[in-house]
Amino acid sequence: MQDQALFEYVLRLADDSLILGQRLGEWCGHGPILEEDIALTNISLDLIGQAISLYDLAAELEGAGKNHDQLAYLRFENEYKNVLLVEQPNGDFAMTILRQFFFDAFRLPLYEALMQSPVSQLAAIAAKSVKETRYHLKHTSEWVIRMGDGTDESHERAQAAIDHLWRYTSELFYEDNKDEQLQALEQVPSLKGIQANWMETVKTVLYEATLAIPTNNWKFEGGREGRHSEHMGYILADLQYMQRAYPNMEW
Amino acid sequence: MSTTQWPLWEVFIRSKQGLNHKHVGSLRAPDATLALENARDVYTRRSEGISIWVVESANIHATDIDDADSFFEPSDTKIYRHPTFYEVPDGVKHM
Repeated sequence: MQDQALFEYVLRLADDSLILGQRLGEWCGHGPILEEDIALTNISLDLIGQAISLYDLAAELEGAGKNHDQLAYLRFENEYKNVLLVEQPNGDFAMTILRQFFFDAFRLPLYEALMQSPVSQLAAIAAKSVKETRYHLKHTSEWVIRMGDGTDESHERAQAAIDHLWRYTSELFYEDNKDEQLQALEQVPSLKGIQANWMETVKTVLYEATLAIPTNNWKFEGGREGRHSEHMGYILADLQYMQRAYPNMEW
Repeated sequence: MSTTQWPLWEVFIRSKQGLNHKHVGSLRAPDATLALENARDVYTRRSEGISIWVVESANIHATDIDDADSFFEPSDTKIYRHPTFYEVPDGVKHM
C-alpha cells in the first residue's frame, strides 16, 4: 500500500515537528533572556505550523475523515512516530540548543530534497518550511559556536549536552521497508545522503565551536516504531489535555 | 539568569524598498550577528521589515537635553529659512 507508506512517512515528519514544537513551547516565559525567549517560541510556532500542514496531508492520505487536531491530539503514545531526540527534556539552554541544532541539521537537507518530490503537496510543504528551517539552523549554529568557544562553563555545558544527546541522533536516519517503497518510487530521498550532509554540518560547526564529537556508538532508537522514552507520556498529558477534556474544541 | 548584562543595541528597520531605516527600539545581544537575529525575532515577527540595522547603543552620541536651549531654540525665530518668501513664477508647475 503506497498510500499507507506515504501516510506513515508524513506522520513521522509531523510528529517530529509537533513534539519538538511542544518542548520548545515550555520555554515560553522562562528563556534565559527576553530576546532568546522569543526566538525559541518563534521556532516552536514554526514547527507547529509545519505540523499542521503535515497532519492535513496525512489525514488526506489516511482517508479516514480525520482532521489535523484528531491526529495531533487523539492518538495513543505508541501511535506517535517521532524520534526519541525531540521528546528529550529541555534541560539547560545548551541542551535545548544542541537538541535543536542536531534536528535542524537533519531537517534542512531533508526538506531541500523533498522539494523535488513528485508528491506535490509534500514538495509544497517542504518549500515553505525550508526557509524557516534554514533560519533555525543558522540561529542554533551561531549559539553552538558561541557556547563551545565561549567561557569554560558554556563549553562544558555544550559538550555535556552533545555527549548526552549523541545517542539519539542515529535514529534521525532510521529507515524501514516503508521508506524503501517510497524511495523506489523516487517520492522521498534516501536518508543515507541526508546523513552524510548532516555529518558534514555537525563536523563543521562543532569544529568551529571547539567541541568534540563523541566516539561511543550507543544508539537509542524506538520512536519511529512507537516505542518512546519515559518522557513521552508527560508530554502527551500536557498536549492532549484540552482536546480530551473538551472533545472537538477549536481555538 | 545571567548576572552580567550583554551590551545594548539600537535597532533600525526599513519597512519597504525606498523608505528609510527607522529606529524601532533596543535589545540586548552578545555581538552584532546575534543582535541582528534577535532583532529579526523581536521586531519583524509580523512582517514589519525587509532590512535591519543594529548599532551598539554605546556608539550613539546624542545631544544633551540641557543644551536644548542653545542647540535648538535659536532656529525657532529664523522663519526666513523656510522658503516661503518667494513668488513662484507662473510657468513653474507642480510646486
